[in-house]
Amino acid sequence: MIPVDDSALVRFLDADGTFAPSPAAEPYREAVERIGDADLETFYRDMAVIRAFDVQATNLQRQGQLALWPPSYGQEAAQVGSARAARAQDHLFPSYREHVVTKIRGVDPIDIIRVMRGLTHGGWDPTDPKNGNTHIYTLVLGSQTLHATGLGMGLVFDGRCGTGDLDRDEAVIVYYGDGASSQGDVHEAMVFANSYRTPEVFFLQNNQWAISVPVATQSRSPLHKRGEGYGMPSTLIDGNDVLASWAVTRTALDEARAGGGPQAIEAMTYRLGAHTTSDDPTKYRTSDEEESWRRRDPIARMKAFLIGKGASDAFFADVEAESQALADDVRTRTNALGGLERDDMFAHVYSEQHPLVGEQRQWLADYEASFEGGAS
Amino acid sequence: MPFSRAINAGLRAALAGSDRVLLMGEDIGKLGGVFRVTEGLQAEFGEQRVLDTPLAESGLVGTAIGLAMAGFRPVVEIQFDGFVFPAFDQITTQLAKLTNRHEGALQMPVVIRIPYGGHIGAVEHHQESPEAYFTHTAGLRVVSPSTPNDGYWMIQDAIASPDPVIFLEPKSKYWQKGEVDTSARALPLHASRIVRRGTDITLVGHGAMVTTMLQAAALAEAEGTSIEVVDLRSLSPVDYGPILDSVRRTGRMVYAQEAPGFTSLGSEVAATVMERAFYALEAPVLRVSGFDVPFPPAKLEGAYLPDADRILEAVDRSLAY
Repeated sequence: MIPVDDSALVRFLDADGTFAPSPAAEPYREAVERIGDADLETFYRDMAVIRAFDVQATNLQRQGQLALWPPSYGQEAAQVGSARAARAQDHLFPSYREHVVTKIRGVDPIDIIRVMRGLTHGGWDPTDPKNGNTHIYTLVLGSQTLHATGLGMGLVFDGRCGTGDLDRDEAVIVYYGDGASSQGDVHEAMVFANSYRTPEVFFLQNNQWAISVPVATQSRSPLHKRGEGYGMPSTLIDGNDVLASWAVTRTALDEARAGGGPQAIEAMTYRLGAHTTSDDPTKYRTSDEEESWRRRDPIARMKAFLIGKGASDAFFADVEAESQALADDVRTRTNALGGLERDDMFAHVYSEQHPLVGEQRQWLADYEASFEGGAS
Repeated sequence: MPFSRAINAGLRAALAGSDRVLLMGEDIGKLGGVFRVTEGLQAEFGEQRVLDTPLAESGLVGTAIGLAMAGFRPVVEIQFDGFVFPAFDQITTQLAKLTNRHEGALQMPVVIRIPYGGHIGAVEHHQESPEAYFTHTAGLRVVSPSTPNDGYWMIQDAIASPDPVIFLEPKSKYWQKGEVDTSARALPLHASRIVRRGTDITLVGHGAMVTTMLQAAALAEAEGTSIEVVDLRSLSPVDYGPILDSVRRTGRMVYAQEAPGFTSLGSEVAATVMERAFYALEAPVLRVSGFDVPFPPAKLEGAYLPDADRILEAVDRSLAY
């Protein structure tokens, strides 16, 4: 792992939950101190509930109900802080692990399940207002950074940012990981973003491992320094501190939406689980390392902080009940998910009718109908 | 009007017709593109409608996708055929599939213009025939005009399409002149066209090869052979109607293309014609292609590219059955 420069790191909560802003956190301190208790509890609730969902989904995969599951276990603070920092009009481009980001924006978690169960390659409609401008998952690493940048260019061309109205001006946040940071598309996205001054935040979750390859193989210099090379302000945060994630992302998005151009954030975090349910982390990393990060668990940290502030037992009991309810609901609805219609594979290949696709759909229908009893 | 000016006029009409149309590419603004296809358009429509972009093909196509998501209709210029491959991932894994992955909720009205093919004596990676890579990918439409009139209308139709269109421009034809009827389009975007009537054999091809096929037909006529020539125009989907009608009349067919023959467009069209018009055929469908080698250095392109004589050799073989 690359040594973290503590003088650059924005952190508000120590691993034990003590409120102890780092020197780099001072510019954000006032904003954080203005966060009301209800919002602080929401941050905790978001993280705890999604962890229950994530554990349930992992179990469902182990039981053969899902083809694959990419756990978000351990990365909840980076995701919750950044997603809660976005305003309603902002556009979000996840990669494929941002389960709580999508949930916060309104996407039904069962839509993620549908992707991983093999029922769709998309799962939700980003143009449907109930999904909060959240784009679908992208499994090809880094591709979505260019889509986010192109959308940001469109916002610039249409004058939908930089007017000075923070409640109306739009911004874009795109999520990617330390492995994806090696992809050429991320480089090209940063070049285009700066050329066209897109209102955009590049949100890198450095979870230390690209499947089995450590971040040191992706980069010999701290990844947040790359942003500066493209001419954009870049900030390093403790990704396991939801307050740091919220404060820095809020500021970066607002500066971007106000016309300040793109910004970069590196959230130093750790995936406590596997990359996906297909790999076995014990083959490539030590239990000592995992344990050292477990002691920095973002949820435990926030819980200790809230207890220190006087949060009630009833609150934690309520969060626990909601977590269990979501996990149960997801299990029930996963088991109830139906199959696909044969024609679904031919639908939406093109927006306008394409004769080859049409002929093949008809051929398959006729073929199935030729058997006794017709199509099953 | 020269072919390049006809496309320019078509782009101008599309830009004037909707302020959601954007042109993007390397050197397409002040310079007007290395082939001058976009000449004058930035001066007329401004730097936010005709964008000189950073030099990054994947970035070009990837940001065009994002612009389409924001409601624009981007027209991307790839400078040369051999330079499209850095953008191949964004074209095939993203652009082609995003409408499908969104279950129809998003349309991807992006046009990728690619000058393609040989005959200009260029250097490495400046003349290739990549059409089969794109026709093999579901979700893309692929077209190639061969005349100025088609250049003028097909680029407008491609921009109007809600689907992604790979727009292959036969670069050796940029300076070829022809009539352009700006008052009415002759054919829909995805129609093939019989460009010369004949009775003995059907020649089918696309792009620059249409001119070569017409040369072959003129030479054959002097020897008493009547050749019908079909311009495919749309490479995906293929409009088989006029081709099958023609083959049913002549009983013979040769497909001519610059691209290597193995798993090529000509292979696909030949196989389909044999499936659908087998009993009308007097001879197997033959293909005249580039060789299955990398496009050679320019001094050898004359030996690589099919010419009228190679087409006529295939015609003779077909007639000998």
